[in-house]
Amino acid sequence: MKENEKTRGFSTRLIHHRGSVCPHTGAVSPPIYPSSTFKQQGVNEHQGFEYSRGRNPTRQVLEDYIADLEGGERGFAFGSGMAAISSCFLLLSAGDHVLLTRGLYGGTYRVLSRIFDRFRIQFSMVDTTQVAAVEEAIRQDTRVLYLETPSNPLMEISDIRALSEMAHSRGLMVMVDNTFMSPFLQRPIQQGADIVIHSASKFLGGHSDLIAGLVVTRGEDLGRSLGMVQSSVGAILPPYDSWLLVRSMKTLEVRVSRAQESASRIAVWLTGRPEIEYVYYPGLPGHPGYDVHLRQADGAGAILSFRLSDRVSAPSFLRGLNIWSLAVSLGAVESIVTQPAHMTHASYPVSLRREVGVTDQVIRLSVGLESPDDLIADLEQALDQNKE
Amino acid sequence: MSRQRLGSTDCVHAGTKPVELSGPIIAPIVHCAPFSFSSSAEVMAFQEGRSERQQPEYGRMGNPTVAFVENRLAALEGSGRAVLFASGMAAITSFLLTSLQSGDHVVLTRDCYRRTRDFSTTFLKKFGVEVSVVEPEICEIEKALRGSTKMIFTESPTNPYLNVLDIEALGRLGKSSGATTVVDSTFATPINLRAIEYGVDIVIHSATKYLGGHNDLIAGVIAGSAEVVNPVADMRSNLGGICDPNTAFLLERGLKTLALRVERHNSNGQALAEYLESHPKVERVYYPGLASHPHHAIAKQQMHGFGGVVSFEIRGDLELTARFIDRLELPHLTPSLGGVESLVEQVVVMSYWLVPREERLKLGLKDNLVRYSLGIEDIDDIIGDIARALDGI
Repeated sequence: MKENEKTRGFSTRLIHHRGSVCPHTGAVSPPIYPSSTFKQQGVNEHQGFEYSRGRNPTRQVLEDYIADLEGGERGFAFGSGMAAISSCFLLLSAGDHVLLTRGLYGGTYRVLSRIFDRFRIQFSMVDTTQVAAVEEAIRQDTRVLYLETPSNPLMEISDIRALSEMAHSRGLMVMVDNTFMSPFLQRPIQQGADIVIHSASKFLGGHSDLIAGLVVTRGEDLGRSLGMVQSSVGAILPPYDSWLLVRSMKTLEVRVSRAQESASRIAVWLTGRPEIEYVYYPGLPGHPGYDVHLRQADGAGAILSFRLSDRVSAPSFLRGLNIWSLAVSLGAVESIVTQPAHMTHASYPVSLRREVGVTDQVIRLSVGLESPDDLIADLEQALDQNKE
Repeated sequence: MSRQRLGSTDCVHAGTKPVELSGPIIAPIVHCAPFSFSSSAEVMAFQEGRSERQQPEYGRMGNPTVAFVENRLAALEGSGRAVLFASGMAAITSFLLTSLQSGDHVVLTRDCYRRTRDFSTTFLKKFGVEVSVVEPEICEIEKALRGSTKMIFTESPTNPYLNVLDIEALGRLGKSSGATTVVDSTFATPINLRAIEYGVDIVIHSATKYLGGHNDLIAGVIAGSAEVVNPVADMRSNLGGICDPNTAFLLERGLKTLALRVERHNSNGQALAEYLESHPKVERVYYPGLASHPHHAIAKQQMHGFGGVVSFEIRGDLELTARFIDRLELPHLTPSLGGVESLVEQVVVMSYWLVPREERLKLGLKDNLVRYSLGIEDIDDIIGDIARALDGI
């Protein structure tokens, strides 16, 4: 990297990055290498590529790209966000314990409670908005503090820097799921985290047309360990999807900026509606994590949730929406609405959902690129339709 | 337990039949050459136009993924129909070959993409079509009209000097003279100008540029009323310059961020043009968003923004301009335009190097002309890079 490239603006770094130009042809779109194996000159004499499960030139462009954007040493691309998350948990051993942000994504909970549980890896959930509560919850066998900030779907904010300092002093590794923010808005490694995880199907992919996961590690040792997991377990992202994801990330800044602007307007509008009991959005000054969030992130993002009053039936409100697609996933050009209790968090036992506050009345919005006026008008007519 | 021996028939057919997937929010990519019918009766009904089926029997005639994007493009241009081609030039040449015949006369504006002009003045001439090449001004076009004029073809903004035509006046001229009016709107995009709303018949794009927007596909589009475009679609089945389904998918994906990208291209373009205009080492800047541009008034009236291409002349000769280009670190030195990456070219070097200098000057192309296609990078980085390069010459 040339000296002046380090200080370039984020959108410039999205466009011009390691590998963005093919050195062989000058192509400004990286080539797709659908090659499983690579010819060697002599035994183990090659240009760094042997077999595509280990390394593939197209995937390498993506992995370097995300590593640079997050400010970590190494990037890893996986076949899905869950492949990324579970590959990170494979760094653990039997007998280890993980502390999790309470109420986090149901898929993360499911893989720990249904799969890693069988290998004697234990976990517990804790209110990670409170550093003291986390410190108190650390056990002798705790190895990892796993954060989602903002959390899904209640948008609770955890202080990455303070928690990382505390966790490191107790010998823990800190993993942060940065899916809701993307590196445009938040770069957890710069705040002290060891591993950053993305479901790249969301904002990074952005077009609802690919499934991928990305991980960035800090430090050489961690990079080597996760590289061993990636090439041994093999949940890799194929070359074509790697290329499509690189293409997607070129517009990350314009997409997220626009969606965030709209989300902030929608959040304010929702707070004025009598049918809405509470709006969960860290860009609202009344949000309990407002100060911490704006200190560690460059914006509040394009995801928000709200709690419908009991007078409104959530299913009929959802059916009444026209522009908002009722679907799982988020971070797309299309606006998406989700009822987390029965969709993204269906793997939680009912009691746990109640405990963390993911009730049937909680609705999550992922704001897309449509005109915010249209999005608000659609919410308005669906609320009006469902007045008693 | 009965055992079944698998054969190749199973490999091809087992367990599947054509199914409607439920609710994907992205159109499927259909890589398919022949499209099947359920019965002879369905074939007959389709041939006679009695069935609801849209999909022709063979991929050269049409493809569902391509049609999906064509519908989006027609909606964006406000036209009845849009058809996609393998490249911008396939779109242009297919349209010209469909619409013209020997004895016809075409008026083409001079400042335009070189290959459009070359095709018109060589191929069309060979087929007995006469072509007048005139300055990009409505009065000049009007002067060139003849009884046999079948078509007026122009770009707006033009390449590389960014001339802007009064599109409404062009539409009126077409109506009064009976000539088909065609605007290559590649530089404008439907975000900045929807030419069909101003009364022209046909809009053409190299979709490789802003519509695709990522410098990673080659495609072209023709948009207009179904009456005018349907014969072009039919001819496409014969000439064969079709767009493939995967390119169509990528194009549609590009369209989703078109408005966002073009807004950024517009603001970057305006900022760079203003910066260059005040720079002592720059002789002249061509950008319709500048008050100094001869067509600023009409551009302001009919366009929502002025795009991401800025052309300018370095105060110096061919060599000095080349030195400036070579000092740039941010943009890629390459032709093309309209993508997220900034691209730059010295026009006479990149596109006219083997054309004698006198010929180039006759076309109005000066040695020191630079065409800069702004990407969506931070404008501070773009201007900072140009400032450094200008300082060094």
